[in-house]
Amino acid sequence: MKKLSARRRHPLAALVVLLFALAATGGLYAAFAPAGEAKADQASSQSLAIEEGKKLYDVGCSSCHGTGGQGSSDGPSLVGVGSAAVDFQVGTGRMPAQQPGAQVPEKKKIYSEDEINQLAAYVASLGSGPIKPTKSQYDPSGADIANGGQLFRTNCAQCHNFTGEGGALTHGKYAPGLGDVDPKHVYEAMQTGPQNMPSFPDKVMPEQDKRDIAAYLKTVNSKDAENPGGYKLGGLGPVVEGLFAWIFGLGALIIVAIWVAARTAKAKKS
Amino acid sequence: MSTASSESTAAGRKAPAGERVADWADGRLGIYSLAKANMRKIFPDHWSFMLGEVALYSFIIIILTGVYLTLFFHPSMNEVEYHGSYVPMQGVRMSEAFASTLDISFDVRGGLLVRQIHHWAALIFLGAMFVHMMRVFFTGAFRKPREINWLFGFLLFVLGMFTGFTGYSLPDDLLSGTGVRFMEGAMLSVPIVGTYLSMFLFGGEFPGHDFVARFFSVHVLLLPGIMLGLLVAHLILVFYHKHTQFAGPGRTNKNVVGMPLLPVYMAKAGGFFFLVFGVISVIAATFTVNPIWALGPYRPDQVSTNAQPDWYMGFSEGLIRIMPGWEIHLWGHTLVLGVFIPLMVFPMVLAAIAVYPFIESWVTGDKREHHIADRPRNAPTRTAFGAAWIAWYTVMLIGGGNDLVATHFDLSINSITWFVRIAFFVVPVIVFFATRRICLGLQRRDKDKVLHGRESGIIKRLPHGEFIEVHEQLSQEQLHTLTSHDQNKPYEVGPETDENGVQRKVGRSNKLRARLSKGYYGEQAQIPKPTAEEYREITSGHGHH
Repeated sequence: MKKLSARRRHPLAALVVLLFALAATGGLYAAFAPAGEAKADQASSQSLAIEEGKKLYDVGCSSCHGTGGQGSSDGPSLVGVGSAAVDFQVGTGRMPAQQPGAQVPEKKKIYSEDEINQLAAYVASLGSGPIKPTKSQYDPSGADIANGGQLFRTNCAQCHNFTGEGGALTHGKYAPGLGDVDPKHVYEAMQTGPQNMPSFPDKVMPEQDKRDIAAYLKTVNSKDAENPGGYKLGGLGPVVEGLFAWIFGLGALIIVAIWVAARTAKAKKS
Repeated sequence: MSTASSESTAAGRKAPAGERVADWADGRLGIYSLAKANMRKIFPDHWSFMLGEVALYSFIIIILTGVYLTLFFHPSMNEVEYHGSYVPMQGVRMSEAFASTLDISFDVRGGLLVRQIHHWAALIFLGAMFVHMMRVFFTGAFRKPREINWLFGFLLFVLGMFTGFTGYSLPDDLLSGTGVRFMEGAMLSVPIVGTYLSMFLFGGEFPGHDFVARFFSVHVLLLPGIMLGLLVAHLILVFYHKHTQFAGPGRTNKNVVGMPLLPVYMAKAGGFFFLVFGVISVIAATFTVNPIWALGPYRPDQVSTNAQPDWYMGFSEGLIRIMPGWEIHLWGHTLVLGVFIPLMVFPMVLAAIAVYPFIESWVTGDKREHHIADRPRNAPTRTAFGAAWIAWYTVMLIGGGNDLVATHFDLSINSITWFVRIAFFVVPVIVFFATRRICLGLQRRDKDKVLHGRESGIIKRLPHGEFIEVHEQLSQEQLHTLTSHDQNKPYEVGPETDENGVQRKVGRSNKLRARLSKGYYGEQAQIPKPTAEEYREITSGHGHH
């Protein structure tokens, strides 16, 4: 024991202890960890996706968001935004952005579904964030539409209009129209709060409520929506109705008036 | 009177049934002389004289459909849970007013169509009154003896605005509730009495439990009652004054050239009523208006973007939207100028057009009767004023819809608001001067046409090689029409000193009046009409061109 206590202050003692400790934990892990083959496969496919995602990221995203997703003066940091944000931004074509402006608009998406998943995997690996929802989370069938409507009017209508026709925000920004938006993207937008939108995490708005809102939108503002009153003129309310009444209502009536006035009884010449 | 029918029976011949009925009625109502005096009343023919009819007929349509709606509407704010046939609202708590409007839309036979006819007809009614009013304005048909009738018409328009507003508020939906809240805010901004007014109207704190029932009485009883009375008075005065007509051969200030009310105008008006009804019904059957089922019930904690009033209230929305949010804090009280100033400007916008006839007659000193309608170009200052007012009104409407302008033209809402703030002051002035110049240009054109004839489009080559366009002389009728308007002299203050050389007292208002009158009728404000001598000199000559 004397030898040991004499050397315990040796400069290399700490290193030796560390080596012992590492060997011990490594050995214990090797001994007890369940070595499933599938697990190893998934892990490797996940790491493959991250690798592929990184390649795509370096080409398409890094000029603004930085080489490691740390952000730059042209784009925010992507650490912690999660796969849901990537799926929303890239899946709706907003990213990669075309040009700087008040707001990045929705456009044709340029990455395939697989590529989006790879990008999402890479960005998710930078830091944990909202995870891309599964179909059961956002599937609108069977959800409570009336509850969705009430929630929508309370939380969303201020910017997106009563039925999600969109509206203006300050300085050229806007809340986009939500007609025919994929319920998945509606769900992800609430989860992540893209651009000027506030986020509604599950603590604030539970999963079921998000699903109800997506279902409400699908009922009132999509291709399948019923319009009992006829053509809805954009659903934008009295401004459009007034314009319509002036141009087509009064316009038609003035034409009718001209027509009636032009057909007058001929005076009898005696 | 009572012996009128006995003669025919004495002759042993029975009068036809129609005659006997008429005779019976006349014996009790004395309508014969009334009908004789009025049924052959002559009305001139012009399409623009039928704009008022559009307003009248849409008003009748509104009354007819409105009566149907009252049968099913419950003007109550009791809270109920909806269990009707519109699925996205099932189980939602709402006022009975909103629930019954949903029922009208989905469960009452024909209810939705009638509701949409009612609403579209209201939008068109106000629009028709507006264009009718502008027709009267631009043709100077408001001049003596029709000033009172102009005011009646103006009152009908304003009452129509408020009837429309109260009706729009009845379903208690989220859109109209926001509008009522807006109105409450405007009331609260009134110093000292604001809170009292609001508490009085809503029976306590907004929204309370009373306003739908109160608005209902106002909407179906009070305002339409007054409007109906004014409408009858308006029409009686039209009969009494006789209709104005445009200048033309044979038409003077003392006659009316046209067709008799019966049978020609009765047939035309009857047919026109059904055409108006038809057009409005087609629109209502095809296009949604105010889809309250999509808007949801009103809750004070909810609000939506795109919350605007119907178009006739749109200019007040614009006033609020463009007004900077100024506030003054004094002795623990807040004066919300950002709301109060628009509230004060609101009646002034309307009053500006209402008092114009009186201002014009004061400025021009014109107290004569006028039964010949002006062509707008021959009254450049009036036309310019009217155009400026319309431009002003339109600028405010743009302000009221600034968010939709922003989203649909990819503009910044802030830039639009600033544009409207500046345009509010600048655009009317620009339009005023531009319109006056255009009117003068058109007067010159008329003069040119009278003296040189119409351009025929035929090019003639003269023997020495010159090309000229052949001008065609106007007919006597056309010449008369183009030269029959008055050329007024500006009002003069008179000499500054009387015959004894003593300085005369001239009031400041008189001086202002003279200056304004010069603006109306001075040298820059009208092109002298071609005189007969000028015309003879030019037309008697050789090969005019």
